[in-house]
Amino acid sequence: MKAYISGIGNISPQNTIEKGYIPDHYLEYKQEFMTSVEPNYKDYIEPLARRRMGKVIRRSIVASSMALKDAGIQLPDAIITGTGHGSIEETESFLISMLHHNESLLNPTPFIQATFNSISTQIAIHLNCISYNSTYVHRGLSFESALMDAVLLLNEGSANNVLVGGADEITKNHYIMTKRTGAWKEELISNKDLLASKTKGSMAGEGAVFFILSNKKLNNTYATLTGTKTFYNVKTSDDMNQHIIELLAKHNLNPSDIDVFLTGINGDFDKDQIYYAIASQLFADKTLAYYKHLCGEYFTSPAFALWLASNMIKRNYISSGVIVKGNKPASLRHILIYNRFNRYEHSLMLISAIE
Amino acid sequence: MSSRVFITGIGIISSIGENLEETLISILNSKTGIAPVKYLNTVHKELPVAEVKFTDRELFDLGNIPYNELLSRSGLMGIIAASEAIRTSGINVKDIPTAFISATTVGGMDVNERYYFDFIENNSKNKFIPTYDCAESTERIAEYFGLDEYLATVSTACSSSVNSIILGARMIKNGFVDRAICGGTECMTKFHLNGFNALSVIDKEPCKPFDDERNGTTLGEGAAFLILESEQNAFLPGKTIYAELAGYSNICEAYHPTATSNLGEGPYIAMEKAIKMAGLSVSDIDYINAHGTGTINNDSSEGLAIERLFGKYIPPFSSTKSFTGHTTSAAGAIEAVLCIIAMQNNLLLPNLNFKTQMNELGIKPIREIIKNVNIKHTLSNSFGFGGNESCLILSKV
Repeated sequence: MKAYISGIGNISPQNTIEKGYIPDHYLEYKQEFMTSVEPNYKDYIEPLARRRMGKVIRRSIVASSMALKDAGIQLPDAIITGTGHGSIEETESFLISMLHHNESLLNPTPFIQATFNSISTQIAIHLNCISYNSTYVHRGLSFESALMDAVLLLNEGSANNVLVGGADEITKNHYIMTKRTGAWKEELISNKDLLASKTKGSMAGEGAVFFILSNKKLNNTYATLTGTKTFYNVKTSDDMNQHIIELLAKHNLNPSDIDVFLTGINGDFDKDQIYYAIASQLFADKTLAYYKHLCGEYFTSPAFALWLASNMIKRNYISSGVIVKGNKPASLRHILIYNRFNRYEHSLMLISAIE
Repeated sequence: MSSRVFITGIGIISSIGENLEETLISILNSKTGIAPVKYLNTVHKELPVAEVKFTDRELFDLGNIPYNELLSRSGLMGIIAASEAIRTSGINVKDIPTAFISATTVGGMDVNERYYFDFIENNSKNKFIPTYDCAESTERIAEYFGLDEYLATVSTACSSSVNSIILGARMIKNGFVDRAICGGTECMTKFHLNGFNALSVIDKEPCKPFDDERNGTTLGEGAAFLILESEQNAFLPGKTIYAELAGYSNICEAYHPTATSNLGEGPYIAMEKAIKMAGLSVSDIDYINAHGTGTINNDSSEGLAIERLFGKYIPPFSSTKSFTGHTTSAAGAIEAVLCIIAMQNNLLLPNLNFKTQMNELGIKPIREIIKNVNIKHTLSNSFGFGGNESCLILSKV
């Protein structure tokens, strides 16, 4: 069973709303966290409905509509979302109000919006799509879990076209709170300098990226999702090398077949070392690339990486702005995406050119 | 690859008991777990709740779990229920790759509501910050048992743990793993108690599912986990097969962010699909464990959907939320275990607090426990916010 990436909608801190956007030139952020470039909502959602929706839900609805249009599909056969936090803004709104008003006089709307499955179910309501619908909320594996479910649906023959996405948002409070764990840089830094940084912490971001994963090649198909797998608690780079070799072998490939190793390098100097170690051990003469300077670090950022890899394969083009080391390959056949979140959650996504 | 999936171990903790045995005793005695608030730090003392009758500290002792102040109540209950599931199955979780899939509705909201202002306002580097999200309890439970093959956390509101069971079954059928430990855990939080209360869906009295005078649900807490295995593993010598997971369904009704459509179109489709998948007809279903939250909206739409689908073959049905309260994400797994308890013990589980026939329905739930009934096929319903409707068919083997 092949899984094709056949449509994409991407709301991110870059101008990914624009059709044909390539990150040759990207927006610079020299601030605490990167926020999404907002779409023109009134083209997609009725104003009354929009006002009730949390930010991440609005963006997800627009990204979903873009993905469907891109694939030339009216209705998907299933809707699956990965989200680390759902609507943080709405969660905070309900929580703060509950704590300030001693559990009285509460407006239930933010509570509803904050429920994690609100993204998937409100997309369903927006599209009037009565179908399989699920939500995964497992930190740095949320999107990849959703993607695996989509692959299962295609394998089972219970869906032809699955709408699958990853969405998270950032707020000031959430930034403040998570900064105390050492997740973000103490010093103010530009996303353009993330790679050169020698300090701890990354730069926070957000985004909503949705895909149509189909079992047939469609007019606008970008690439095939050849394989994907998640791992928990991988202890050493040697162990991860083994996982990578096994995944590639399952698809009759070996590291020399990979043209670009697209990694979750996020500027956290110590934590990034595993990416460099694996790159030098398995992909020494290959192109090493990164993406988090474009979208920031967040739980479902691998969805942004999948957007980037799919576009690179489709155009057979890699922007110099995403290369860490190595040359621009003459042709792009296979891209391996490797992301690691907070030491424990690891994932691989193998993207290939259409046969 | 296995085309059939079997349940080879079960574990449960809820307000009606800390294990399978205590749960059965409470059911046999029609003893509800619903009581005034005792453990949750809330101002809403007027609302009944179905709490697990132990403090966090007592849960450590109960589960013989080494003390760790960062381990949350959801994590503790999850370890206790998963321990029993592993014990009853006799498996060694490390001998073959085993997926661990849990479910949550409000994640680590108990931590957030306790420390939020400290997280934000003080630079105290509060050590609970990394524990505030959805996957915390999943990872702590997995770590306790040394499960690191495949981890996931599902959240489809009140049908979450049904979808964790469905995912495990699908992974087995697709040949990704031969075994999965699936279920869910949720502790009471002020956050969802107040959320449901703000939506006016909490009864001031213990919930009265399918009663004409019902006025909302009663929230509860608990955890349940089930061991799912492929056919070739389940039939190995020395195994006990508790049930076959013969069918399941997941459908979003796409009707409203919180309510079910009046005629229960989503519940209807979900039940129909699960029965069809099991290769059964409606007359084969011997018992329905209804979603039966006790809210005006749910019981009416679910009841109408049952009438419409089953026609003249209405099976005995009940909502065991009158015992356990509505344990949100854990409810689907808890009710799956209760269906297995019903089949094992030949019992039809009663629906407590039913007095008055509902106006719009011609059917009524089981009022008293009925013994010595051969139950072969059970249907368990779980419906969530946003129309995330899911069903399981569990059959006697």
